[in-house]
Amino acid sequence: MTEKVLQKENWSSFVQALADARELWLPVKEGPLHKFVPYSSEQETPVDLEGYANSSVPPKEAVFPQTETMFRYQTGDQEICPPEAIKERVLLGVRPCDARAMDLVDHVFQWDEDDTYYLDRRKKTALLGLACHEPFPNCFCTSLEGSPGSTQGLDVLMVDLGESYYLRAVTDRGKKILQSVESSLEEASEQGKQAEEIIKKAEGKIGRKVEAEDVPEKLAQLWEDPLWDRISRACLGCGTCTYLCPTCHCFDIQDEVEGYEGRRCRMWDSCMFGEYTLHASGHNPRPSRRERTRNRINHKYHYFVRKFDKIACVGCGRCITSCPVNIDILDILSRVKEAL
Amino acid sequence: MKNQGNPYIPHLATVEDTWYETYGDRAIKTFRVVFQEEEVKEAWEHKPGQCAMIGVLGVGESMISISSSPTEGNFLRFSVMRMGKVTQALHQLEPGDTMTVRGPYGNNFPLEEWKGKKILTIGGGIGQAPLRPIVEYVRANKSDYGDLTVLYGARTSNDLCFKNEFDELQKCQTVSSCHLSVDLEEEGWTHFVGFVPTMLMEVNPSPENTIAITCGPPIMIKFVLQNLKKLGFEDEQIYTTLENRMKCGIGKCGRCNAGPLYVCKDGPVFSYATLKEIPEAFA
Repeated sequence: MTEKVLQKENWSSFVQALADARELWLPVKEGPLHKFVPYSSEQETPVDLEGYANSSVPPKEAVFPQTETMFRYQTGDQEICPPEAIKERVLLGVRPCDARAMDLVDHVFQWDEDDTYYLDRRKKTALLGLACHEPFPNCFCTSLEGSPGSTQGLDVLMVDLGESYYLRAVTDRGKKILQSVESSLEEASEQGKQAEEIIKKAEGKIGRKVEAEDVPEKLAQLWEDPLWDRISRACLGCGTCTYLCPTCHCFDIQDEVEGYEGRRCRMWDSCMFGEYTLHASGHNPRPSRRERTRNRINHKYHYFVRKFDKIACVGCGRCITSCPVNIDILDILSRVKEAL
Repeated sequence: MKNQGNPYIPHLATVEDTWYETYGDRAIKTFRVVFQEEEVKEAWEHKPGQCAMIGVLGVGESMISISSSPTEGNFLRFSVMRMGKVTQALHQLEPGDTMTVRGPYGNNFPLEEWKGKKILTIGGGIGQAPLRPIVEYVRANKSDYGDLTVLYGARTSNDLCFKNEFDELQKCQTVSSCHLSVDLEEEGWTHFVGFVPTMLMEVNPSPENTIAITCGPPIMIKFVLQNLKKLGFEDEQIYTTLENRMKCGIGKCGRCNAGPLYVCKDGPVFSYATLKEIPEAFA
């Protein structure tokens, strides 16, 4: 097992060493929010992780961009040019819930037929995770097989020990990355134990919980239940819950033309939008927010379970924190559990 | 079939021939296309019931039923109703023009399983497009199947697709019986007047050793299913093909689900036995 310690005074040289060998993404403060962006040494904003809880937009953007070019063409001409391949990259400071989410989304993009765009990025993206020691008030990862120190999906787990970080390689790739930045690291001794304690303490701080085991089965029986009317009444259909969800993966495909330059691109879409399912004829199989809310919850807690045997929610709490009308997925789940 | 491993990169196909099936606001135009690359032409295999993403570069793509049977030759046929942005652009294509095609997508009608059975198709409007390959396939493999009965209706005689072909079907020996309907009385119309589900009761087909396949507007499908049950058809003898808005065609983009099923992967062909467990399937 490769275990290292990074003194915080060596943070800058660590970051620079990571960035020298590959593209580095890390959470940077933009206004009050954190967002994962590609690192550049000229960047003015501080790149340390002090005061960082989690990014408002999940890091899924690094493997599944909000908008990406699928191929280009010249209008009139019929030649299709696929985009250039991306470089190896590393995401620094990914929270364990978001890494687990990528593991879940992998199922979608590789079942039956491979999604080359996603899988190429995913294969080339290493995740250096940061364990949580101060969970958000709406975190509930421990209810969904997660933990503030979960290593699922990570290549390296980092734990903030105050004056230093403890780093543990989870995969061979993680081991190689740590070897490549060895000069800024020290060998770990007792820090592993200290890290375990911090994680355990963080687990204890998670206040919100749900027992989700029976939810898939209950949802199947609640199709016509009036609870969907009650739940969706407040919904504005803004789609924030889905855009900020690390497991949401729905997309639209559109052509864009400027002059003779054309490109086909795909962009995040949301099942909370009416147009998402609207037929050309005007018919809409999910005509109101009642059906759309029901679909969102069923997709995460029922359909995904039937297909991939896992709940497509990691308990990051973003949909709760960011909903403008305070719709709370844990509240929905408890109503589902009570309904029968 | 994969295109350099990237399922989203379409193949180019040349429009060989086009004609209008119906005119007006909801005009339907049929395209006969062939792939431009020999390799693709050779490798392409589809079965009755499957769909393809067809489109125009610069505008977009739509999922359209392949309305030809592989038994007809080395080309594909699509019948497209002019409805939105993409179908509008497709309608502007003339012989010699290029369209993009990727696929084939979805499952297919289990025609192998149906060998030895009588086949009954019940179509409405543009819903005949996915049923047409069954009719052609069964005609081409006549000795493998029992009687072939074709029921088809549209709002008016001007809304009927494949009219010339139906004239031929009514005369030909490979089809046991062919019935046409329009919703309202028309001068010179000698066939059935009324809705397709009503015509079904009138024709009164026996469920014995028969497979019934229906496609049309959701409301028609609903009543056809009810009437098939009244006629004594079991759930396992009834098939339909669904459509939903689609973007990827390969079970990723999310939108075509009917409950836990993706229409693009688990469908578009479903037996009624499967569908009746899925409340959203009839939404």
